Amino acid sequence: MKIDLKVWRQKNQNTKGHLESYVLEEVDAEMSFLEMLDMLNLKLAKQGERPVEFDHDCREGICGQCGVMINGIAHGPIKNTTTCQLHMRYFKDGDTIYVEPFKAKAFPVIRDLKVDRSALDDIIAAGGYISVNTGQAPEANSILISHEEAESAFDSAACIGCGACVATCKNASAALFASSKISQLAKLPQGKKESSKRAVDMVNRMEDLGFGHCTNTEACQVECPQDISVLNIAQMNYEYNKAKLKK
Amino acid sequence: MAKKIYANIPEGDLKDKWSNYKAHAKLVSPNNRKKLDIIVVGTGLAGASAAASLAEMGYKIKSFCFQDSPRRAHSVAAQGGVNAMKNYQNDGDSVYRMFYDTLKGGDFRSREANTYRLAECSASLIDQAVAQGVPFGREYSGYLRNRSFGGVQVSRTFYSRGQTGQQLLLGSYQALMRQKEQGNVQLFARHEMLDLVLIDGKAKGIIARNLDTGKIERHGAHAVILATGGFGKIYYLSTLAMGCNASALWRAHKKGALMANPSWTQVHPTSLPQSGPYQSKLTLMSESLRNDGRIWVPQLKNEQRSAVEIPEEERDYYLERKYPSFGNLAPRDIASRAAKEQIDKEKGVGALKNAVYLDFSHAIKEYGQELIAERYGNLFNMYQKITGIDAYKEPMKISPSAHFSMGGLWVDYDLMTTIPGLFAIGEANFSDHGANRLGANSLLQACVDGYYITPYTIQNYLADQIQVEKTDTNHPAFATAEKQVQEQLNRFINQKGTRTAEEFHRELGKILYDKCGLSRSEEGLKSAISQIHNLREEYKKNLLVPGDAEDINSELEKAGRVSDYMELSELMCIDALNRNESCGAHFREEYQTEDGEAQRDDEEFAYSAAWEWNGEASSPILNKEPLEFEYVQPTQRSYK
Amino acid sequence: MWFIKNAITRKNLMALTGLFLCFFLIIHLLGNLQLLMPPNEARLQYNLYSDFLSNNILVKLISYVLYASILVHTIDSIYLSIKAKKASGSSYVVDKRNRASKWYSRQMMLLGTLIFAFLVIHFKDFWFIYKFGTLPMDSAGNKDLYGLVVASFQDLWYVILYAISILVLGFHLLHGFFSAFRTIGLYNPKYNRIVKLIGVIFAVSMTIGYFVIPFYIYLNV
Repeated sequence: MKIDLKVWRQKNQNTKGHLESYVLEEVDAEMSFLEMLDMLNLKLAKQGERPVEFDHDCREGICGQCGVMINGIAHGPIKNTTTCQLHMRYFKDGDTIYVEPFKAKAFPVIRDLKVDRSALDDIIAAGGYISVNTGQAPEANSILISHEEAESAFDSAACIGCGACVATCKNASAALFASSKISQLAKLPQGKKESSKRAVDMVNRMEDLGFGHCTNTEACQVECPQDISVLNIAQMNYEYNKAKLKK
Repeated sequence: MAKKIYANIPEGDLKDKWSNYKAHAKLVSPNNRKKLDIIVVGTGLAGASAAASLAEMGYKIKSFCFQDSPRRAHSVAAQGGVNAMKNYQNDGDSVYRMFYDTLKGGDFRSREANTYRLAECSASLIDQAVAQGVPFGREYSGYLRNRSFGGVQVSRTFYSRGQTGQQLLLGSYQALMRQKEQGNVQLFARHEMLDLVLIDGKAKGIIARNLDTGKIERHGAHAVILATGGFGKIYYLSTLAMGCNASALWRAHKKGALMANPSWTQVHPTSLPQSGPYQSKLTLMSESLRNDGRIWVPQLKNEQRSAVEIPEEERDYYLERKYPSFGNLAPRDIASRAAKEQIDKEKGVGALKNAVYLDFSHAIKEYGQELIAERYGNLFNMYQKITGIDAYKEPMKISPSAHFSMGGLWVDYDLMTTIPGLFAIGEANFSDHGANRLGANSLLQACVDGYYITPYTIQNYLADQIQVEKTDTNHPAFATAEKQVQEQLNRFINQKGTRTAEEFHRELGKILYDKCGLSRSEEGLKSAISQIHNLREEYKKNLLVPGDAEDINSELEKAGRVSDYMELSELMCIDALNRNESCGAHFREEYQTEDGEAQRDDEEFAYSAAWEWNGEASSPILNKEPLEFEYVQPTQRSYK
Repeated sequence: MWFIKNAITRKNLMALTGLFLCFFLIIHLLGNLQLLMPPNEARLQYNLYSDFLSNNILVKLISYVLYASILVHTIDSIYLSIKAKKASGSSYVVDKRNRASKWYSRQMMLLGTLIFAFLVIHFKDFWFIYKFGTLPMDSAGNKDLYGLVVASFQDLWYVILYAISILVLGFHLLHGFFSAFRTIGLYNPKYNRIVKLIGVIFAVSMTIGYFVIPFYIYLNV
């Protein structure tokens, strides 16, 4: 099928970007979206042009490295699906597809569709862990965690760190990302001990990095590839408020 | 002339070796540790856990990964689980049994002492992961759950739904980020190691390229750890991530580290088949599907009817037929080879006739769709997402795909390569899996290497380096290495040929799949070698890399990786050709039993083939590390 | 400075002031329902009630909290909006993000601004005149606020202005009520379902309640 592509091209952080039009004639419905971009890049390379830089790695929806805005939606039209898992059969012959990078002040563009999401790592570094050194751990079964608690913690832990929540949020808030870690660890007995400090440190770091605040529009959960619940954000608020009230 | 290589296996009884080692290994006192720098390349489970553990001890770590975040390393994609000897199920598990299962699963081609240590350290890993907050599956009572996995008769696999690798990786990633926050780790994401720097024969640093800016950087240290994973991506189509590569290993190899058993690649039986020429990767479907799915092909060649139209009596459940006792749960190498056999007989299914059916209709009939959905719902969804097909209604189509490199850098018991100060851990080393890895053992090995082995063994080396000054990156060795790297990059850019690195890679991958994949023959391997020669020559002349070197340039990244594959692929073929026997994943058509099973030759080939770089790719030197079996008697592996 | 800088704290203040304003809305509506009584009774009753409100010391104190709440709620919203604007960076050429959320959830600032504008008019026309203007006395000797209300709602355009404003308020509440609970940290899924339901009931009943009064007066008095 024929696809009319409008792809964001931007040389670097300091230059202005623009949409560039490309037409691909022989797109196969079985292709993944990224394979379609591969096809475009091959074509560009052969023409002596710079291929489009885009982030991707595992191409099976778990590493979280891919992620672009496709027709104005993070990871494209199919819910709970990363860009790499989106396939061209969801588009029609003759469709126009707009491809833009995730945009947020905390995600500066590196080139084209590639953005710098290291701010998410910085949020984790602020406290997204249980402070245990290798070798300190007690026998695993000495910490009992009920099936429900473990499953609930897993639901929070499933975040792949792609940043679609930030790109989707009108305020570019990383609340869903940060809260999924805060609440995963707060739900587990071994993580409860430092849950107050963790919440305060991560929330403050998130602000320092220039992310916006959450206004509970719940759009992040809708576009999250892993369907992480917005109630994590409420739990983050709870942990934060509890910590502040105690102090 | 081959070097003598020593595995440095400690004295004592098998079960005492690791304790003896730990009791006698040299240590570095806490106040000295901060004076020592360690470079860790790779942030997967092995790299992140080693970097975090060493940083916790007080060493200064520089951690590198080519991804944009350490959390994206491909350990993240492991689905099924991680094995550990806890014997929580009271089903007769023991360290010895786990050791034996692993050794047997690897077709008796791994080192006894290393494999035993893997089993021995496995229990602590679960403790560590739980303490980090990894949400393993639990019983309602709160105790940890286990499931069983291929090739063993006990339940020793721990899991976090279908995302065990992700959860374990996040545990070690978080530990790493904690150390970064404390200032013990410097993180270099989007950096690719392009060369190893040796000073006086010791590993003293690396040359890395900042992938976002194109800048070449020098990094010095007292020791270098490579944790860069496997190189199954050399087959182009594989279950690996697009960025997985052999470059760090290969460049270390060219600086003197030996490569062991490079041709041993595990081909996973249950991945999704290729659907077209543009395909970039093959998605893995968890092996657990084989618990309830039945694998079959049509009895007729070139069957045109759809799966549901083929009556029961015209289906060939070939695994059940050939291996009645293990049936659909036969080990990976066997299941993959059996699928290839059927596809080669023109019984493959799907548009490209390259797949076999994995059928759930019997299971759905027996247990109901609800239960099947509960067990595999996420996999069925994933299947539908990718293929558009509802697997509740018609069988899945699956095919074998390159997955795990059992081979890698040769290491001794300390996990140190033949270059002093250069360690290789996780999938990057030639490891503990012999000629075939058991399911759920790869996460285990990566973690055990990183959390429990390297932190001890590297001290044994570093204890002698306390007096050594910080590495000076102005040393001529750095300048030379940097110049070579720069020259190679410029060469790629300036060729201005007509084919991109990816096109070359596809072609190379096809050669390897056909001739150095699931089954190998002398004739095929020889022709592969000559094809690779030609392709490599063309690669030197006709490569097209748009853009320039002083900027972000993903095409240039690929060019370097494929360049290394062009050489490594030949070594793989040479290795496969050298080994005139079949073992595990290495199946030489000339060496099979009457009923088509792998036939080992313990007289001639009970050794690890450690290859030495000799200036160019076609004439490596073979070093043999004999495998001595003191505690187990190698037997013919049978799953019938 | 944590209370100035930190967005969660500011959001907490918005949530708490918002919830207080919700509480006020109920009280205000209950008081105003007296307007629906037969005209003569209503006049005496309503004016007496107004007199009580403006002279009771406790009510006075609460009214200061009310003014403060409105101010804090407004100032915080402006502060947070500016902050959010900075965080969100440049805009998308094609933007379909709105498929994932309700329009009123995204437009709380706009709705709030309209409500604020309405409040200015509302205060000017009633509160200001009652407090500082001159009003005739009713037969019981209380200021005849009732008369002022009735007179105001004889104009159709004024009734319509009120109706629109009430609708705007309704949508603001539809998001604001449950959102406030989330912000202060209610994360239990079950209670969240309940709160969301209560929020809808609250928003709808406030809208209907406040809707009825101007129309009733316009049509019946």
